[in-house]
Amino acid sequence: MAASLSRRLRRVPLSVWLAGLMAVVIVAAAALAPLIAPFDPTDLTSFNLIDAELPPRFSPDGDPRFLLGTDNQGRDLLSAMLYGARVSILIGGGAVMVAAVVGVGLGLIAGYFGGWVDAAIMRFGDIILSFPTILLALLVAGVARMLFPAASSAEWAPFILIGAIAIHEWVQYARTVRAATMVESARDYVRAVKVIGLPSRQIMLRHILPNVMGPVLVIATINLAAAVLTEATLSFLGVGMPPTYPSLGTLIRIGNEFVFSGVWWIALFPALLLVLLVLGVNIVGDWLRDLFNPKLRGRG
Amino acid sequence: MSAVAPILAIDRLRIEYPLADGGVLTAVEGATLSIAPGEIHALVGESGAGKTTIGNAVLGLLEKPGRIASGTIALDGQPFDPQKPGAVRLGRDIGAVFQDPMTSLNPLFTIESQIVETLRAHLPLDRAAARTRALELLKAVGIPEPERRLSAYPHQLSGGQRQRVVIACALACEPRLLVADEPTTALDVSIQAQILDLLRGLADERGIGILLVTHNMGVVAQIADTVTIMHRGHIVESGPVAQVLRHPQADYAKALIGAVPRIDIRLDRFPMLDGANQTEAGAARDQLRAKALAVGDPSSGRDVPLLSVDNLSVDYGAGFLAGRGARAFRAVDGVSFEIRQGEVFGLVGESGCGKTTIANVVAGLRAPTGGTIRFDGQVIAGAEAAQRKGKTRRAIQMIFQDPYSSLNARMRVGRILAEPILFYELARTQAEAEADVGLLIEAVGLPTEAAQRFPHAFSGGQRQRLSIARALGARPRLIVCDEPTSSLDVSVQAQILNLLKDLRDATGLTLLLISHDLAVIRQMCDRVAVMRAGRIVEMAAAETLFTAPQADYTRQLLSLVPTLERIRGEV
Repeated sequence: MAASLSRRLRRVPLSVWLAGLMAVVIVAAAALAPLIAPFDPTDLTSFNLIDAELPPRFSPDGDPRFLLGTDNQGRDLLSAMLYGARVSILIGGGAVMVAAVVGVGLGLIAGYFGGWVDAAIMRFGDIILSFPTILLALLVAGVARMLFPAASSAEWAPFILIGAIAIHEWVQYARTVRAATMVESARDYVRAVKVIGLPSRQIMLRHILPNVMGPVLVIATINLAAAVLTEATLSFLGVGMPPTYPSLGTLIRIGNEFVFSGVWWIALFPALLLVLLVLGVNIVGDWLRDLFNPKLRGRG
Repeated sequence: MSAVAPILAIDRLRIEYPLADGGVLTAVEGATLSIAPGEIHALVGESGAGKTTIGNAVLGLLEKPGRIASGTIALDGQPFDPQKPGAVRLGRDIGAVFQDPMTSLNPLFTIESQIVETLRAHLPLDRAAARTRALELLKAVGIPEPERRLSAYPHQLSGGQRQRVVIACALACEPRLLVADEPTTALDVSIQAQILDLLRGLADERGIGILLVTHNMGVVAQIADTVTIMHRGHIVESGPVAQVLRHPQADYAKALIGAVPRIDIRLDRFPMLDGANQTEAGAARDQLRAKALAVGDPSSGRDVPLLSVDNLSVDYGAGFLAGRGARAFRAVDGVSFEIRQGEVFGLVGESGCGKTTIANVVAGLRAPTGGTIRFDGQVIAGAEAAQRKGKTRRAIQMIFQDPYSSLNARMRVGRILAEPILFYELARTQAEAEADVGLLIEAVGLPTEAAQRFPHAFSGGQRQRLSIARALGARPRLIVCDEPTSSLDVSVQAQILNLLKDLRDATGLTLLLISHDLAVIRQMCDRVAVMRAGRIVEMAAAETLFTAPQADYTRQLLSLVPTLERIRGEV
């Protein structure tokens, strides 16, 4: 098993290498934003309204200080994008983590105990899934907006976003893990530890969990891209990150207001970065999914 | 036999599998055999012997990248290359019957369309003629009410009927040769007997040559004319059945035949070729016994039953969400028996008779619907049962059928075996637990380094030994063995059964042995209960049961089991 996995890893297609590299570069640049970004967009003293809406450096009216131009408040767009990607990835990653932990936990419990516990958890998941992702996230974010003071929105907004996205995503983990847990529970090694008399918690965490984690990693990768997109959508709709701490979605929303007045760069560059990030993560995720799919083994 | 031209002649066949590292694995080397019309030629051997590979090669079904490196296969004197598309017309020239009748048939088509499809693919028949022919075929393979069965789907037939349909498909175009790969392994003995009769009849009446690939020596004795024994890709012995089974010449053939459990007399131990490190294992077992005594489980004396099952019944399918009109299936119906301290109690029956359900209830994996189970006087299952904890829980352990799924693939053997020891605090320190694990591993006859490795590094038989070691780790008084050897090769089965006997003698364990194999039960058990459809039909001391069975069902079972002692043509 381990040997065949490493052999298959050695035959990674070029497209996946490139996609992975692209995703890693973007994530690294976002992580190192304070070191590599020319300006700090969160520092109010570092930008000036006089510089607002300057086009990128390579266009005729460009300013040599701003590689990709500036936004409507005179912030360097490149710096804002790097910091924005950082916010997007943190929220996306956070949402995936929360959803995975909740979903895997509930899935294990549902699959292991079965009966009414299983029915209750999974029917609740069905109800959650019958709401569209964005609608549910809008509801959560909207209600939270009413409850918390607007002044400190930069502090609580990320956590609200993580919760709003995770509330929908956990169901997918729960369903996958529940099915895998039911299969593993019926296998003799689990029956053996039941006969030994180990407590359920120990059987679930030590014996079943490691054997159902494969698909979870795949879903997590694919969902990371989806979560980043959902965050961008929410921010675009104005219930996400505030303009003072913009995510990629917030930048696109700001830019959207200027697109028709010829100021195309504020929307285009953040959108491009978002597309590249999501594409890279998705390609890697799809490949991982095929790698773990026994039905596709031995092809190509 | 030499007067008639053989239907199938295989000459010095060599089959290779190129490996990823550039090497070559030789699966079959220098295999030569021939089958005359009306002859059933059995190809036997343990897993990995190459017997199925030869069957697949004849059918042109060798899995890539396997290839025939040298040698010839000739059908009716015409050499052909089965690897070449069109060289062998499966279904036309050669019929094939595989092990699992459920997967051999397409579940989405009726019996009629499956047979008619085969017929029309090879013969110029119109639909009506093909249907008539299909009807004849179903009659020929002994399916009752063939007109009605034609429109049935595979799942509406029983296992035996499905295998008959598969044979009907294989016979559709009157092939001269039938390749049957473990045709009865998935079936119960009574159905197996019918299918074997059918195959024998086909050979006798139609003069079809049959290549019978099997691991079951009893089946060979019952219907084959000639037998070829294979070992690691080589033919070790070949000849008429009576001669090979009665007077095997090659060492391997002797060992293989010696390892087959006998149903006529009880032997103390199975004969073994290698008496590997018996002394070390013995010392380890003595220490285990001392440790088990130190835990302080007072034995209540031989007269008190260790386990007593009283009027036990188990229903399936009647849950709280089963829905209106869902009727419960009674898997176990009013079963009572007692197991005495230190005895081996056998539970035998065909599939679906409820024996595994009883194992699960005794081991605490399932709650009974009615009745009680007492262990050493204490109620452990039933209405007034307290939750099983501590000593009672630990006292009953279980060994499972499939050694490949009974060990967690992601944990090292040492950790798997240490789990019950640490959980029940049977060792004071980590080091002491590790020492105990070493003892357990030695006691089941494996080297102590095994603790450092993962389960996938071990063979099926070795894994079953580790399973036994894990069960022993909890220092139980009763071990429930659910078909402990039915997925193992016969020589490995002999080793495992010997091991269980040795451990019983050395540590004073009590065993509940569940099996469908009457010969295994005979060799192992002191007392036996025969089950049918959820009830015990007969319970007696093993010697009495096998020499003077009382119930009709027991007698029928005993008469149907194919055994080495009854060789065709000799009785």
